[in-house]
Amino acid sequence: MPRLADLIAPLESSGLADSIRENDLLFPLIESVHVLSICLVVGSILVVDLRLLGIASTNQPVSRVTRAILPLTWSAFVVAVASGSLMFISNATKYLGNGYFIAKLLLIAAAGVNMAIFHVVVARDLPRWDNKTASPLRARLAGGFSILLWIAVVACGRWIGFTMKVG
Amino acid sequence: MSEAVIRDFCQWLAATPLSHAIQTAGWVIPTLQTIHILGVAVIFSSAILVDLRIWRVFQREVPLSDVARRFLPTIWPVLLVLLVTGSLLIIGEPRRSLLNTTFYLKMALLAVALALTGALQWSLSSAPEFWQGGSARRMTGRLAATVSILVWCSILFAGRWIAYTQVG
Repeated sequence: MPRLADLIAPLESSGLADSIRENDLLFPLIESVHVLSICLVVGSILVVDLRLLGIASTNQPVSRVTRAILPLTWSAFVVAVASGSLMFISNATKYLGNGYFIAKLLLIAAAGVNMAIFHVVVARDLPRWDNKTASPLRARLAGGFSILLWIAVVACGRWIGFTMKVG
Repeated sequence: MSEAVIRDFCQWLAATPLSHAIQTAGWVIPTLQTIHILGVAVIFSSAILVDLRIWRVFQREVPLSDVARRFLPTIWPVLLVLLVTGSLLIIGEPRRSLLNTTFYLKMALLAVALALTGALQWSLSSAPEFWQGGSARRMTGRLAATVSILVWCSILFAGRWIAYTQVG
């Protein structure tokens, strides 16, 4: 099995990675797009989470809130992953050696698992509580976990910048 | 205000005990920035969702005034959180922002964004159907929503750019 380091080496030495490293404008530009898209991911998913917790948007069914919000969340997430990947390849080895970067990836994965569990397990009997202000405990837990995980993702993201000197 | 005055002010601010405390504890600045970004996320998303509703891309089946009432009032208390965390960040590193053109650009853009948001909120609270009254008003609404999206995005860009344009 090839080592991870061997897999990322060609990425890191690619022309694209070179440009991101060398160009004074490119890195801040990509970073700004990254921050902007993460803000949309976090802010929009918060709308869903607060609805699950029965705190906001309670005059709308849960399903209507998720249907309206999640396409925006996913679009922003795609942009965040794309911009994040560009920053990653510019200094892949350094990022992989950064604990906060690894933690951030794991937390995003955990948020994804939380979301999958919500869709597959928690929302199985959604029609029964769709219109109710108070969701069942498992739905409120999903909303609460989501908020905490995304706060931690943002914190790790910020800490990467302070523990790694790039750009 | 001349630059020398701002320079003196920065020097004085950086020498205060509070500034020292923020500078020396390594976790304070990243923590403040994290809270600041989370607040930006809430305000930015709220404003964007209402702008997208004006463009009829988001929840077009819900009246604009309802969408605005749901998202816009959140902006003001969260703005307070941004002012507090932002001020503490400035106290910790006064020169980073106060001697930085990008910071003043960000504040000017913020004033525009808040004026737009306030005007929208006010127009809808006094006349919920206001922006549906005729094609001229609909066009004005869409124009304002587009400007709002662009200005909010520029604020986020400027925020990140402060880190790259600080003088020594």
